[in-house]
Amino acid sequence: MDSPALEHMKMLSCLLLLLTLACPSAAAYLDEPSLRSSLLPQYEHDHADAVGSSQDKRLQVFTVDYNNVQIPYEVTLWILLASLAKIGFHLYHRLPRLMPESCILIAIGALVGVIIFATDHKSPPVMNTSIYFLYLLPPIVLEEGYFMPTRPFFENLGSILWWSVLGSLLNSFGIGLSLYGICQIEAFGLTDLNLLQNLLFGSMISAVDPVAALAVFEEASVNEQLHMMIFGESLLNDGITVVLYNIFIAFTQMHRYEEIESIDILAGFARFFVVGLGGMLFGIVFGFVSALMTRFTHNVSAIEPLLVFMFSYLSYLCAEILYISGILAMTACAVTMKKYVEENVSQNSYTTIKYFMKMLSSVSETLIFVFMGVSTVGKNHEWNWAFICFTLLFCLIWRTLSVFALFYISNKFRTYPFTFKDQLIISYSGLRGASSFSLAFLLPVKLFPRKKLFITATLVVIYFTVFIQVTVFLNELLSHNQGDQLMDHLKAGIEDICGHWSHYQLRDKKRHDHKLSLAEVESMRDVLAHNLYQVRQRAPSYNRHNLPSNTNEKQAQEILIRRQHSLRQSCKKGNSLPWGRPVSATSVRYLSLPQDHSGQPTRRKARHVTFTGNGNVLCCILL
Amino acid sequence: MGSRASTLLRDEEIEEIKKETGFSHSQITRLYSRFTSLDKGENGTLSREDFQRIPELAINPLGDRIINAFFPEGEDQVNFRGFMRTLAHFRPIEDNEKSKDQNGPEPLNSRSNKLHFAFRLYDLDKDDKISRDELLQVLRMMVGVNISDEQLGSIADRTIQEADQDGDCAISFAEFVKVLEKVDVEQKMSIRFLH
Repeated sequence: MDSPALEHMKMLSCLLLLLTLACPSAAAYLDEPSLRSSLLPQYEHDHADAVGSSQDKRLQVFTVDYNNVQIPYEVTLWILLASLAKIGFHLYHRLPRLMPESCILIAIGALVGVIIFATDHKSPPVMNTSIYFLYLLPPIVLEEGYFMPTRPFFENLGSILWWSVLGSLLNSFGIGLSLYGICQIEAFGLTDLNLLQNLLFGSMISAVDPVAALAVFEEASVNEQLHMMIFGESLLNDGITVVLYNIFIAFTQMHRYEEIESIDILAGFARFFVVGLGGMLFGIVFGFVSALMTRFTHNVSAIEPLLVFMFSYLSYLCAEILYISGILAMTACAVTMKKYVEENVSQNSYTTIKYFMKMLSSVSETLIFVFMGVSTVGKNHEWNWAFICFTLLFCLIWRTLSVFALFYISNKFRTYPFTFKDQLIISYSGLRGASSFSLAFLLPVKLFPRKKLFITATLVVIYFTVFIQVTVFLNELLSHNQGDQLMDHLKAGIEDICGHWSHYQLRDKKRHDHKLSLAEVESMRDVLAHNLYQVRQRAPSYNRHNLPSNTNEKQAQEILIRRQHSLRQSCKKGNSLPWGRPVSATSVRYLSLPQDHSGQPTRRKARHVTFTGNGNVLCCILL
Repeated sequence: MGSRASTLLRDEEIEEIKKETGFSHSQITRLYSRFTSLDKGENGTLSREDFQRIPELAINPLGDRIINAFFPEGEDQVNFRGFMRTLAHFRPIEDNEKSKDQNGPEPLNSRSNKLHFAFRLYDLDKDDKISRDELLQVLRMMVGVNISDEQLGSIADRTIQEADQDGDCAISFAEFVKVLEKVDVEQKMSIRFLH
């Protein structure tokens, strides 16, 4: 059939587009130094003597001034490149099932890095401490906090807090201490790394980014509790690791670490709690204030998005003034204000806020990943086999250990305990991402003479977890549960009657169709896959790079209209329920729905359905 | 309006329901409060309109059929006992029940009863067979407006072809059970009732 060829064509055209875009940027890098040298004297001359210069120069018809626009130009090019790559990534529909979108961003970053390195160009100073913490980090944090579904979050709050706080602490200290143990061994040449540096490294490397793994989870049946745990972890984990990071840096700055007494360690603990809880308190206050403000903005709805963003940003900055965790403040602010803002704000403002947030966080993340790619291909490396291998090993070991240990304890207090498989999934979803890289990159070199080693190790861990761990392990781990539409609808209906939702609500399932069968059954399956109604979901699916589609409204509309029609028909006949005649499409005209013949408009995402071993394809979908 | 006292649950009733359905005391009281909150007419029974007032049920493609499953043959009101009896089908099978031998009546949430419940969702005329028309009706309900009747018809035909073993072009209960024998019905058709 045509479709595979078409897909390949699309991908090819996107790649071509990508390359053509890369060319001008490469050309820009290439030309720039030579241009600079040749044109600069004449250029300055032109500016200096406008008329009647001693050298016989005409007015330049074409002049090039790259310096002025270098930084914005390159940044824009990077972002555009990443966006095109994302388009291509999603066009080829098999890819999102295999790997998270972070992969493509890292690949783009590496590509840009290669280009920059090859043309020997000095990249613009996009990443330093202040820019990162003031401009790049807040959008990402805000977006995560805003899109967190609040009700499931608070229902699981105890477990989430227990897991993220203790998990991060356990991971940081575990990895740090184990690495310190390794450093003591003379043979590896790492003895100059003292305990504090190792602990700091441990805290940096334990900053996980599990949301990236969620994109892959989307493709399988993950129960909602698990989803919520991963979300909650990602939300709090950033804040906690940054707090730890800052505490350790403060310790390092206190000269020799032998001077650190127990009083300082206690102060460190206290500071951890003050910073953490203080941040949340700040955020909640700001959240309420902004929620209050949005009550009065009926006449000036254009500034509503501005209010939301500015108040969240302000909460972040105010917390940072006092050295309290701005991340936790912003998260708490977003979570608090979301509910009220959604009620008070106009529909357009609400849409604007959502899209703008996604856009900003997308831009930030792209920039960070590009920078990561640029750093990969460069001279900032120091390779030490022992350190790197052991880092990788300890990351995996400690995450698995902490998952099993902590969940064993928390399962005793939960109504719905997590199964072994759930715990395995959680431990595998410990991908490292932009945050650990940024923290590594921003280490002050004066205090950490072996900064390059840390950067290299962090990069290796990130690459490993994102590329290898996800694609190799996760796919075989995720369950191949079969979906029975009838059962799911039935269950959902009974739960609604009982007035609560069970935590084992299975999400929308999409799977590979490994087995092929007759062409006609294929087409039937396709027809069903595109058209079966989705089971209602309590918590919306989360994707960092995209907003969820709105197929539910259309579906609800259709069902309601059909029910009303059939009820009306049955009333005419005098039956209490419409089983006199089947409701067929041809005799019914939905006046408010478009009359379509090709089956295009409500194009739900294709769900590939699989079937049991004995080949009862359709039975198992329907029954 | 009748006095509320007559609709309060007495302990003997709770015991009877417990024996019949297997729910625990707290589950029964919780579901009773849900029952009373749905019962807008405050007469101790639910009518179809009471169920239809649940908004999520209105947009469930099988909503009408689910509601109908609560009402016994030909009646328009369901009392609390009937309500619980239907819900009992969805109680998860506990481990200690699995090993209990069958010297009493089969519990309402056994695999066979669950399957029977699902079967009755299809089989409206109660002739113990899912005919092509009945399957078509359910298919039509679960699928969007974009599929033509012919396509649906061929899907239904194919489904019956796969499941039918005695060649009567309909799915009997035994065949239904056979199709789903590999499916973990006990887990799929169970919901957790909060204590």
